[in-house]
Amino acid sequence: MDNTHQNTTTPLQLALAWGFVGIPLVLGVIQTLINSMQLFR
Amino acid sequence: MGVLSFLDRDHTIAEPGYSRWMVPPAALCVHLCIGQAYAFSVFNLPMTKLIGITQAAPNDWKLTDLGWIFSIAIFFLGVSSAVFGRWVEEGGPRRAMFTAACCWAGGFFLSAIGVYTHMLWLIYLGYGVLGGIALGIGYISPVSTLIKWFPDRPGMATGMAIMGFGGGAFIASPLSVWLMSKFSTSTHVGVAETFIVLGVVYFFFMIVGSIIVRIPAPGWKPQGYVAPTQSKGLITRNDVFVYDALKTPQFWLIWWILCLNVTAGIGVLGQASAMSQEMFPGHITPVAAAGFVGLMSLFNMGGRFVWASTSDYIGRRNTYFVFMVLGFFLYCAVPYTGSIGSVVGFVCAFLVIISMYGGGFSTVPAYLRDMFGTRYVGAIHGLLLTAWSMAGIFGPVLVNYIREYNVTHGVPKAQAYNTTMYIMAGLLVIGFICNFFVKPVDKKFHMSESDDRGVEPVGMRAGARA
Repeated sequence: MDNTHQNTTTPLQLALAWGFVGIPLVLGVIQTLINSMQLFR
Repeated sequence: MGVLSFLDRDHTIAEPGYSRWMVPPAALCVHLCIGQAYAFSVFNLPMTKLIGITQAAPNDWKLTDLGWIFSIAIFFLGVSSAVFGRWVEEGGPRRAMFTAACCWAGGFFLSAIGVYTHMLWLIYLGYGVLGGIALGIGYISPVSTLIKWFPDRPGMATGMAIMGFGGGAFIASPLSVWLMSKFSTSTHVGVAETFIVLGVVYFFFMIVGSIIVRIPAPGWKPQGYVAPTQSKGLITRNDVFVYDALKTPQFWLIWWILCLNVTAGIGVLGQASAMSQEMFPGHITPVAAAGFVGLMSLFNMGGRFVWASTSDYIGRRNTYFVFMVLGFFLYCAVPYTGSIGSVVGFVCAFLVIISMYGGGFSTVPAYLRDMFGTRYVGAIHGLLLTAWSMAGIFGPVLVNYIREYNVTHGVPKAQAYNTTMYIMAGLLVIGFICNFFVKPVDKKFHMSESDDRGVEPVGMRAGARA
């Protein structure tokens, strides 16, 4: 069976799913990056 | 059992047109939550002042007693991933994720009661045992599903999920500190309340992951993907039964490769702050050392994605050769950077080393898939994680005890880690030799089409093997 069916997953669903995990992760990474800058001060 | 049938493997099969790009966020929902384990140390100091509030009272818990919580959790991670690996594989990712969510949240709730009643054994049982089981089941639950959805890029797919485990601490650490500050008063330390909130939040996140996860339908393959018709190099077209894998030298060689790579990384990861300050007294302050640790965490997380994705192009075995050879030279270079006072050289060396430590974790599921096929890769991965538990003991012991021995024998603190660095480099030489001897699995271990051991996982044979 090939993946030739029309997508039932909408772009909105994909954006919500990735945003759900991506936003907290990016915020955490930015916070860590800010703290890490202390190494160069 | 009508409600629970929602968790069955059969109810997890993707409908036509379901996007496989929904699966990595589902996996991240679990891995970002259980990755909190790396940030558990933020609770250690507050839990030594539960009675004394501003400073430790005589009846307060000692740091050494609290250190056991994390150790028990990591021990049960290895045990549960090995014991429940086959159950996870055959029961499907949704059931495993749901179980992990219940155990993870339950562990926090039990620990909250332990903090509230000041009974440490309840925290050992809650976060240590129950949380450790959640770590094991949760860690392996999405791995084989991702490999089946991404037969064209298995390294990248598992790298994304396992990157989440490295990144979980970035969310948990500031969140926990903020929650404790909100719940703490002048007469109370808000650890129990923080545990309850974290339990609720993590349960919600993990349940969302279990709801959106799907396994591919029988015969599914990515558009344009042409599966190889025969084994090529180390990449097999055949499956090996989970317990037969234990009889192969390949499993144990990869076990040692992972154990040695993790031992080399985990020892310095835990001691990075103290080591950097002692090797560069006056140059690296405690504040700068904290920044160094944060930077190492970022490279640990990034390395998980970058190295695993790279392995899709250069091959798993070659990726581990890079870890071993590059790691060897970098460990040998660390004492030299100390002797010439090169902070930049020291920092760069460790950032690359720690990226390869993370990369070792994320590349290994695809390595196992290459060697043993896709059918039981999750369960075999679970068995392999016992190497992590072992390395969790070896690594810190090597770094701490050798440093202690050197210091008590008059070696200056700035040079106390040199021996350890050379030992770590030596471990990577052994890892290189193990990797060198990895050859394709003997045909006698391959499962036949008529092999009826275990349950035939839906969507696997005709899918990934098509």
